[in-house]
Amino acid sequence: MNKLFDLLKRVDIPTLIIFVFLISLFILAAFTKVSIPSLLSDSLKRIGMNGVLVLAMVPTIRSGIGPNFGLPIGIIGGLIGALVSMQLGLVGYFGFWVSVLLAIVLCTAIGILYGWLLERVRGQEMMVGTYMGYSIVAFMSIMWLLLPFSNPDMVWAIGGRGLRYTLTLQDYFGYVLNNFLKFKVGRLEVPTGLLLFFVGACLVVYIFFKTRMGLAIDLTGQNERYAISSGVNTKRARLIAVVLSTIIGGVGIIVYAQSYGFLQLYQAPLFMTFPAVASILIGGASIRRASITNVVVGTIAFQTLLTIALPVLSQVTRGDITEVMRLIVSNGMILYALTRAPKEAN
Amino acid sequence: MEKALEMRNISKSFYGNQVLKNVSIDLMPGEVHGLVGENGAGKSTLMNILFGMPVIHSTGGFEGEIFVGGQKVEIDSPRKAMELGIGMVHQEFMLLPGFTITENIKLNREITKSNFVSKLLGKSLETLDFSKMRRDAKEALASIGMTVDEYLPVAGLPVGHKQFIEIAREIDKKNLKLLVLDEPTAVLSETEAEKLLDAIRFLSSKGISVLFISHRLIEVLKVSNRITILRDGAIVDQGPASSFTISEIAEKMVGRKIDMVGLPPRKTEPSDKDIIMSIRGLKVAMPGESVKDFSIDIRRGEILGIGGLAGHGKLGIANGIAGIFPASGEITLDGKPYRLNNPAYALNNGIVYLSEDRRGVGLLLNESIEMNIAATAIEAFDQFTKRFFLFKIYDTKSIRNHALEMIKELDIRCKSPTQPVRRLSGGNQQKVCLARAFTLKPRILFVSEPTRGIDVGAKKLVLDHLVKMNRDHSITIVMTSSELAELRTICDRIAIVAEGRLAAILPPNATDAEFGLAMAGELQEVKASE
Repeated sequence: MNKLFDLLKRVDIPTLIIFVFLISLFILAAFTKVSIPSLLSDSLKRIGMNGVLVLAMVPTIRSGIGPNFGLPIGIIGGLIGALVSMQLGLVGYFGFWVSVLLAIVLCTAIGILYGWLLERVRGQEMMVGTYMGYSIVAFMSIMWLLLPFSNPDMVWAIGGRGLRYTLTLQDYFGYVLNNFLKFKVGRLEVPTGLLLFFVGACLVVYIFFKTRMGLAIDLTGQNERYAISSGVNTKRARLIAVVLSTIIGGVGIIVYAQSYGFLQLYQAPLFMTFPAVASILIGGASIRRASITNVVVGTIAFQTLLTIALPVLSQVTRGDITEVMRLIVSNGMILYALTRAPKEAN
Repeated sequence: MEKALEMRNISKSFYGNQVLKNVSIDLMPGEVHGLVGENGAGKSTLMNILFGMPVIHSTGGFEGEIFVGGQKVEIDSPRKAMELGIGMVHQEFMLLPGFTITENIKLNREITKSNFVSKLLGKSLETLDFSKMRRDAKEALASIGMTVDEYLPVAGLPVGHKQFIEIAREIDKKNLKLLVLDEPTAVLSETEAEKLLDAIRFLSSKGISVLFISHRLIEVLKVSNRITILRDGAIVDQGPASSFTISEIAEKMVGRKIDMVGLPPRKTEPSDKDIIMSIRGLKVAMPGESVKDFSIDIRRGEILGIGGLAGHGKLGIANGIAGIFPASGEITLDGKPYRLNNPAYALNNGIVYLSEDRRGVGLLLNESIEMNIAATAIEAFDQFTKRFFLFKIYDTKSIRNHALEMIKELDIRCKSPTQPVRRLSGGNQQKVCLARAFTLKPRILFVSEPTRGIDVGAKKLVLDHLVKMNRDHSITIVMTSSELAELRTICDRIAIVAEGRLAAILPPNATDAEFGLAMAGELQEVKASE
C-alpha cells in the first residue's frame, strides 16, 4: 500500500487525471455495445503510428531547447523522402527503407539549418519553432505544385502537374510495418512490426543518451554553465539535438503514413505537432525534462484516449466529440506545461 | 546643534546569524562621515535599514532606533526614507539607459503643466514641462561640476558620468538632508574621483550630511570629518578623521585572531625555481569581477591563496584560466604555452576549476550524486565508458563503484549515491564538487570560495580535504576566497588582488595592516611615503 502511495506521489497530476478518465471510459465502454478488443487493436495501431513522432521531442527537451515545435520541418523532410521513393516506383519493404534513408539524409541537412536558426534566437526556441513550422508548410504548399514529380499516382489527374492532397500508399509501402509478423488473438489484432519499430527507435534514443554525445546534450539542457565547464561544446550539442529531433520527425511521419495508408501533403504537417508535444507532456515530461518512459506512457495514454472516446462518447452524447477533445487535451496540456515551467526553474 | 541623523543601538540578524551588533552612528548637518569595513562587515545591511529596504522587513525587522533631525522615525519603505530627505546613490547604476539625462534626473518627480485632458481626467495625464525640467537638471549637474548636455540619453555615457548623474538626481531632490554614497568611486578614474570628492565637499558646504562608504581608504581620510570602522557587524572604532592613519584603519578593518593549525609537512617544499604555471598580463572580461592585468608564477605543489575585495577581480582569475569567461594574456603551463578560452583544453591539461557559484555552475542539482561526480570525467576523458555494439556508452556500474568510494573517502552524508544533490546540505554539496574535481585528476586545482554558505564544521572538513589533496596527491591548489582568515589557515602564499591587478604577495603571517592596505591597493603607496 505504501509503495502504491509513493508511486502516486511521483505521478504528475495531469497524467493521473488522464488515466482516471481513461479507465472510466473503459468502464463506460463495458456498458455500451462497443467491442473492447477492436478498440484495443485500434489503440495499439495508433500508439505505434504516433510514437516515433512523440519520440522526436526527447532530444530537444533534453538539450534545454524545449519541445520541438518545429516538428513540421522534420516532417517535410520525411515526406520528400517518401515522395522520391514513390517517384522511383519502389514498393514494399525496399520502398519503405529507401524512404527512411532519404529522410535521414534530407533531415540532417534541414536540421542543421534549423539548428543554426534556433541558436540565433536563444530563449525563444519554442515560439520561433512554431512559426518556422507554419512558414515551411506554407512554402512547401507552393513547392508541392512546382516540384517535378511525374508519377501519375501522385500528380493531379487533370492537368498532370502538382502533387495531390493525399497520396495512396496502397501499391507502394502502405502497411508494410503493420503487416510484419502481424497476429490475431480473437478479435485483437497486434501490428507487431509497427510496435517493434517504435520500441527499436526508443531503444536507439535511450542508448544514444548514454553515450558521451548524448550526455553532452543532457548536461547542456540541465545546466549549460556546468556543461561548459565540463568542456562540452554546448552550441554543437544543441545543434545535434535539433538535427536528431528533425531526423526522428522525418522517420516518424513515414511510419505514420505507412500505417495510415496515405501520405498527406499541404497543410497536414501542421496538425502533427501539438498532439506530439501534448503526448510527451501527458507522459509526465516537462518542457525541461523528458525520458523515454514519458514518451511511451504519454503516447499510450493520449492515443488510447482518442480511440476509445470516439465510439464510447458518441453513444453517450450525439455526434463526434473526439476532435474537440483532442484539441482540448493537447492545447490544455501544452498550456499547463508552459505555466509550470517558471516554477520548475527555481 | 541638532543631529541630522542618529542611528542608535542597531542590531539585526538574518536567520539567526547576527550581522549587526549594537551599532550606533550619528551625523551632524554638513558632516561627511566615512564608513569603512571589509565585505560582510555589515555596511550594506546598515544602509538597507536606513533606507527601509524590503529585505530588512521581510526577514523580521531590526532592533534599535533611528532619529532624523531629532525626531524618532519609523522607516518602513524606501519611499518613507526619501520623504525624510535621505538620498542614496547605489553601487549599481539605477538609471534607465534609453532615457535622457534630464528624464533620469527627474524620474518620478517630473514637473508638469496642466492641459485640457488632465483637467478632465486627473493629474496623471498632465504634460511634462521639459524646459523647466532641463533647467533643473542642468543646475543640479553644474553644482557638482558636470558639463554634459542634459538632453543626451544615458546609454553610451562613460561610467563616471553615470555616477555623477546618480548624484545629481539625489541633489535635485529639494528636501535632501542626508546623502548616502555607497562605493561611489569604485568605477571612477583618479581625476573623476577627485571631482567627486569636490562635489562631496560642495554638498557638505550646503549643509547636506554625507555618509561616504568606500574601500579606498585614502579618499575616506581626505574627505571625511569623522570615520566609523565596522568589523563583523560591530563598531571597532569611531572618531575624527585626523585621529587615524591609513595603516591603523586597515588594521582595524581586517584584524582578527588567526588560529594557525599545524599543517602537515611536505617532502619537498615548493620553490620559486619550480614553476608549474606562469601567468603574465592576464585580462579577463568577467562582469563585475574583471581582471585587468594580473601576473604571477604558481609554484609546483603549493597552495596559493588569492584574496581581495569583492569586485576587484579575484574571482575572474580562475574563471579566465578555466576558459569560462573570455580572457587574454600570456600563460605557460610547465614552460609550454597554454591556450585560453577553451574549457576542454583546460581540463585535458589537468586544470580543474571549482566555481564560486556552486549551485549555478558547479552542480547538476537535479541529478544524482554519482552522476555529478562522474559526468565531467565522462565528457572530458571518456572515463567510465564501455562498448555497446556500435555505441560507446557510460558504464553505470563503474560510476557507482567510484561514487561509493568517493562518498566514503570524503564522508559525504547521503542516503545513497542516487540521491539528487539538491537535497544535500551546502557542505555535502561542496564535498560532491571536491569529489568531482578529484575524479578529474587535476594538476592544478582552482577552487573559488570553497566554504561560502556552509557551516563551520563542514568548513573545516573542506579545508582539511584540500590540504590532504595537496599533501597526499601533490595537487597544486589555487584557492580564491573572500575570507582572509581561511586563506591564512592553509595557504603557503597569499596574492592580494586590487582593481584587477596583483597588489601584493604576502606570507600568511603578514600583519593585518599589510593585508588591509594591500586590499585597498595602497600598500606600495604607504610604504613609499613612510
